[in-house]
Amino acid sequence: MVKYMFLLYGGPGDQLPEPGTDEFERMRAEWGAATGAMERAGVLLDCAPLQPPAAATTVRVRDGETLLTDGPAAEIKEHFGGYTLVECADLDEALKWAATLPAAQVGKVEVRPVVQVVAPAEQPAG
Amino acid sequence: MFRAHWWAAVAAVTRQVGDLEVAEDAVQDACAAALAQWPAEGVPASPRGWLIGTARHKALDRLRRERRRACREAEAMREEAAALPASGWAAGTDDELALIFTCCHPALDPAARVGLTLRCVCGLTTAEIAAAFLVPEPTMAQRLVRAKRKIRQAGIAFRVPGREDLPARLSAVLRVVYLVFTEGHLAAGGDVLIRGDLCDQAIRLARALTALLPGEPEVTGLLALLLLTDARRDARLSPAGDLVLLAEQDRGRWDRAMIDEGEMLVERALRLGRPGPYQIQAAIAACHSGAATAADTDWREIALLYGELIRYEPSPMVAANRAVAVAMSEGPAAGLVILDTVSGDARLARWPQLYIARAELLRRLGRRAEAVAAYEAAVALEPPAPERAYLARRMREW
Repeated sequence: MVKYMFLLYGGPGDQLPEPGTDEFERMRAEWGAATGAMERAGVLLDCAPLQPPAAATTVRVRDGETLLTDGPAAEIKEHFGGYTLVECADLDEALKWAATLPAAQVGKVEVRPVVQVVAPAEQPAG
Repeated sequence: MFRAHWWAAVAAVTRQVGDLEVAEDAVQDACAAALAQWPAEGVPASPRGWLIGTARHKALDRLRRERRRACREAEAMREEAAALPASGWAAGTDDELALIFTCCHPALDPAARVGLTLRCVCGLTTAEIAAAFLVPEPTMAQRLVRAKRKIRQAGIAFRVPGREDLPARLSAVLRVVYLVFTEGHLAAGGDVLIRGDLCDQAIRLARALTALLPGEPEVTGLLALLLLTDARRDARLSPAGDLVLLAEQDRGRWDRAMIDEGEMLVERALRLGRPGPYQIQAAIAACHSGAATAADTDWREIALLYGELIRYEPSPMVAANRAVAVAMSEGPAAGLVILDTVSGDARLARWPQLYIARAELLRRLGRRAEAVAAYEAAVALEPPAPERAYLARRMREW
């Protein structure tokens, strides 16, 4: 089994709809359907929308000094809006789930495999 | 001799050890060992079995040495692979299919898919592939390394796609084979117009795929198309190395055996009742090959077929080819009308064939100045040297 993170990108003008509006309810329903299906299939590990890039703070440490900047790390047009973490048999399965996300219809979803880190206790002896 | 076993060996060892890159290196080493040992010890009863067994040992040794997680994941993958449905394909060939489907996976860069297929399936060396596509060898080597790394890191499974995924995935495989052929049939750059070895590799791949997937008419259609097209190879260049137009080729130099086989395959494919773009293109090629002379060509049928093809491939190239066919059957004015409606498409702006087609139609209509301008536009796009020579000759002949 391989873990994949879906990085959800929307268009530059994307804003989350206001709670209480029809648009908000529709978005909630679409997302609920997609994540519900992943949950029932047993592949979903975690998912969440993120606050907009303006809410981000970027941290760099150089020469022992911590530098903070207001805003996201990457200067990109697209708005990185959320993530989903799944565990699947292989890339084909992950790609199928990614295609079901609403973000794939209106924006882009990047599918990035998670590095399989071998915990010290699991490493073979000798 | 090793190339005949390459595909099967890389496929089998990849299945057994679960890592394409390691498997391919191991098969390479096994071939080197065979070259060293067989002259002295004699060729084994089953050379393929010897190669696979030797390569597997080398691969497992390496994986153990490197203590890669791939080894443990391979155990898991092997167990899953054992549960795969047979899907009616011959046992033992699943691995070979799995290998080519893996090399042509849509998650890989298209150029990488072509290189990887030529390397892992056809057994060409990196140097040979680099030379075929006119890139420096280190560049091609990097491209292959990155592709194999992507397969491993992204978890691209080594298996034949399931029923619902098959059409799209098969389409990617056929596209790779077609790209290999077209690069050999009419090289995009360099001084050599035709690279016969690439055409041969493509036909070999198409034949193998037809044997592995006999119930897939598009596969048969592709093989038919390649055979019918390649049958003209000997007639396509003049002694001076200039390109000879289809209409002007000496049809006596066409390979009749390839044409007969191609025509038989087109009929066989179409009988399955699931038409598709490669079958239609093969049928068009069969119209040409079935004409004893250029004047006998059934252009009306070809125009109809291009009209069908456009439904699967609504590209301006297909529209332009249809325009030429219409021009041949209904006169240049009718063809020019169609060409003019597609000429505005930006995708055609850098396609020399569009300007050549316009030039020929304008020429037949006696619109000389416009024809010359179209020839010059084609030349300005810097087609391969022999095509440039053809254009220069057409302009001189006026």
